[in-house]
Amino acid sequence: MPKLYAQGSKKMNNFQPKKETINFILNYSKAMHVVKTRNMLIEVHKN
Amino acid sequence: MNTTTSDAVLVKDYINGNERALEFLVLRHKSRVYNFIYSKVLDGDLSEDIFQDTFIKVIRTLKKGTYNEEGKFLPWLMRIAHNLIIDHFRKSNRMPKFESKDKEFDIFSMLKDSRRNAEKQLIVDQISADVRMLVEELPEDQKEVVYMRLFKDMSFKEIAENTNVSINTALGRMRYAIINLRRLVVQHNIVLTE
Repeated sequence: MPKLYAQGSKKMNNFQPKKETINFILNYSKAMHVVKTRNMLIEVHKN
Repeated sequence: MNTTTSDAVLVKDYINGNERALEFLVLRHKSRVYNFIYSKVLDGDLSEDIFQDTFIKVIRTLKKGTYNEEGKFLPWLMRIAHNLIIDHFRKSNRMPKFESKDKEFDIFSMLKDSRRNAEKQLIVDQISADVRMLVEELPEDQKEVVYMRLFKDMSFKEIAENTNVSINTALGRMRYAIINLRRLVVQHNIVLTE
């Protein structure tokens, strides 16, 4: 049983997010800017 | 900036406008965050969505300057992922995806599982962690009684013997501990329900 459990965990640790997802996150970050006004923060997204 | 640069430095660099710092952070923690999400939702596409939302939340918080740096980037990141997983299960419970048209036979009535589902388990884990955190805030004598009673399942007689006080004192400490815990729950705005 402990052996099976360990094998299962090992297999689960091999999953990785897709490259497209990582690229989306990095591009989102580059496109997003925050403009600070007197009373609030406004999110601006550049295309 | 390289692979050994600490999270705290990378976060600071990113806040100061260095986009490359975010790439280091994402690549460093992607596997851990993704596997954590996958282990809870057991669905690849859904894991991708929650993973993406986690980092979007990180980006928005960092860029808005509302991140409170305490040198604990990874626990914060995992907490965001955890909360998004709970949000997902809550939403999916409110929006049932399938309802059988055949009133006589419903396959889902045969598949009921009496064990806690993943959402309930997550919530129970969260409540348990919150309660332990609150107990830590109690004065030492009250904390001791709560641990013995709730976590070690000891009787008040045993607690009294172990702490060299009378049963009434042990009961009194438990009473004050509960009053204090209730006060802390209100003070920290914590919801302790399944």
